Amino acid sequence: MMENTENLEEVKPMSKPSVSLPSSADSPPGTGPVRRPDYIQVRDFCFNYTPDVRVLHHITMDIPENEVTAFIGPSGCGKTTLLRNFNRMNDLIDGISHEGLITVDGQDIFDPNLEVISLRKRIGMVFQKSNPFPKSIYENVVYSLRIAGQRDKNILDEVVERSLKGAALWEEVKDRLQQSALGLSGGQMQRLCIARAIANQPHILLMDEPCSALDPIATAKIEELISELKEQFTLIIVTHNMQQAARVSDRTAYFYLGKLIEMDATKKIFANPGKKETEDYISGRFG
Amino acid sequence: MVWFSGMWLAIGLLMIITLLFVILKNGLTLFWPSKVIQIELVEGSEAAIQGASTLAGEVRKRQDKRVLDAEGKAIPEVQLFVGNRDAYGFGFRYIDQSDIVSQTYPDDIIVAERIEYGDLIAYPVSLKLASGVIAADAPDFRERLDSLVSLSNERRHEIERIEKGKIGAINQEMQALKLSLRKAELGGGLTDELRSSVEAQTAVLQTEYEVLATEASALRAAQKADIFVCRLANGAEREVALGDLIHFYHPNELGFFPRVGHFFGGIWSFLSEDPREANTEGGVFPAIFGTFVMTLLMSLVVVPFGVVAAIYLREYSRQGPLVRAVRIAVNNLAGVPSIVFGVFGLGFFVYLVGGSIDSLFYPERLPTPTYGTGGILWASLTLALMTVPVVIVSTEEALAAVSRGAREASLAAGASKWQTIQRIVLPASVPGIITGLVLSMARGAGEVAPLMLVGVVKLAPTLPLDTEAPFFHLERKFMHLGFHIYDLGFQSPDSEAAKPMVFATTLLLIALVVVLNAAAIILRERLRRKYASSAF
Repeated sequence: MMENTENLEEVKPMSKPSVSLPSSADSPPGTGPVRRPDYIQVRDFCFNYTPDVRVLHHITMDIPENEVTAFIGPSGCGKTTLLRNFNRMNDLIDGISHEGLITVDGQDIFDPNLEVISLRKRIGMVFQKSNPFPKSIYENVVYSLRIAGQRDKNILDEVVERSLKGAALWEEVKDRLQQSALGLSGGQMQRLCIARAIANQPHILLMDEPCSALDPIATAKIEELISELKEQFTLIIVTHNMQQAARVSDRTAYFYLGKLIEMDATKKIFANPGKKETEDYISGRFG
Repeated sequence: MVWFSGMWLAIGLLMIITLLFVILKNGLTLFWPSKVIQIELVEGSEAAIQGASTLAGEVRKRQDKRVLDAEGKAIPEVQLFVGNRDAYGFGFRYIDQSDIVSQTYPDDIIVAERIEYGDLIAYPVSLKLASGVIAADAPDFRERLDSLVSLSNERRHEIERIEKGKIGAINQEMQALKLSLRKAELGGGLTDELRSSVEAQTAVLQTEYEVLATEASALRAAQKADIFVCRLANGAEREVALGDLIHFYHPNELGFFPRVGHFFGGIWSFLSEDPREANTEGGVFPAIFGTFVMTLLMSLVVVPFGVVAAIYLREYSRQGPLVRAVRIAVNNLAGVPSIVFGVFGLGFFVYLVGGSIDSLFYPERLPTPTYGTGGILWASLTLALMTVPVVIVSTEEALAAVSRGAREASLAAGASKWQTIQRIVLPASVPGIITGLVLSMARGAGEVAPLMLVGVVKLAPTLPLDTEAPFFHLERKFMHLGFHIYDLGFQSPDSEAAKPMVFATTLLLIALVVVLNAAAIILRERLRRKYASSAF
């Protein structure tokens, strides 16, 4: 989906989330220079859906903390597969196997002693198709707290307000928190899913083409939100939309046929790519 | 192709509608008070009753005889319900149309429902009371008859209260005393003190019983004291104790609205009363209640059982040849003849489980079985087993229909697999689960064959639920509408008289299944609205 950038300029003025999110304890955002450039490390990572079908080939990359990293590339290039490995969502599929290493904050995520659930609590995820639960807006946001056994109404209320403000949705839904989430518009649903993903205060937020099903106005709101969120979270966003990658990300990784072709600062990738394939792709000659 | 498929659907619908219409018509005529006709026969007609050429009764059917006359023409005949089975020895008479000389609708003829021998159709003559005789032409005759009949009804209820209620309770206490003695004997703790205290208590109960029994027999005597004298159509006079009459009406005098009122009154007493006379008269309340309780119990068992099995098959087990084989086996289980389930229920639930419960918990009652015989619990479990494949299949489908997106969202939020199933997958599957429940209820409520082996009886003296502790008597035998239909239609001594009852009971069984299903469907629609969405 390639929308007009001029359109986006028109819808730019919008309410910004005013409340600041509590920071993760180990890295106060914006205050110190403690932004580890290798917060997520991927080392020589290969991934197979079945023993014969290898979809990722020897990926090695570092993803820095509190930045927005965009994965771009044509369909089927493996960018979503890699994203879904960070919170081990691929575990649901039978017959998968992998080689190599992924660490988050220095911890091997495939360590058999690591509980997948605790990993997923640290890594929020927003899906391509917005998938709110058939519950009230309130219950959608507090879902991760409810399953963790949180019952304190005050804490839950606080989390709902903070998360919805963080997802720039509070003003629109604050009067109908108990209504079904399924009555929201597509863009609102996706922001609700973001609110749900950040309710648990994860360190990392994975976004799998979060705007691909939204109209330009809703997309603009989400993009604005992404810039706000990187103060608190390490964001990884998979997108088909190169303008979007250029607008919102700090670093961009270009994948092709399961291989990482190039990864660098977004400005450099779009202005002066180091490889011919990357240039062909982003200039539209290919893909 | 549209016409072809539409035609088959139309044929199917037509058959169902015809069936329902036949059941409705035949079932409801049982309650409609039709007029009583008096017929004069030609001299020497075969239809004459006890030599008299006058007959009175309700026309039930007009048809042609099976055999043709000498010229090959059809002979029309009339089926007349003449009642008075005690006097005539039969209830119906076929009369050739050509034998009828004249027919009238006499105003003063009455139809009276009795506790025995079916309806009385006769002319009132007089009332023989202790205070004297009141002739039928006396001005206050009808009021007196009315008040006396309602008095005798009250007395009958009083007798029932004493005999079933109070004397029943005393019997139960005596039984309990006897059992406590037997228990002590089995346990080796039988002392002379205990024995004498039990004997003393039994003696107290015995005197209480005698007081009540005298009271009851006094009431019974009062029921026989007043006599209603009437004259049958053939001229014979009969005396009927007023206590035997339940109610009476003048069929030929009734206006339209009283007739409708009588119709609904008849329906009400059919629904609310106990059966009489080998089930061919009276109501079917115990059968309605038994069917209802059994179906509910079955639902309570079948839903958790089926849902848990489906969750394992769909969510936890690795999808492979073994699971596929299990799934096929489950589907085929639905095709096993129901009588096989009955035999299994008898062997497993009744003899094995019930027998073990008896020897463990009720050894003092043996050899009389408590749980080791057919009962409503075992019948419900047997039916649950029979219908569980339906619930498994529809639950599995519902589970499979829950979108991946919803599951992934829950897992990505840090939920475990069970939390995801419990909070996301199961609520979204509830409509599908209820669909399975509706299907299993429809199948279970109408089932008869397996029940005959595991607890259904022709006449159950007590309901499975009553005011005596512990209120739920799941070991009790019960009555069932489906079995009632079979019993009335094929086991009753006078199947002609029972025919309308068969239709009425069928109608009721269908209505009960419809009501239970409608309740489940309404519940499902409410839940579906709650969970309705494009995302799911």
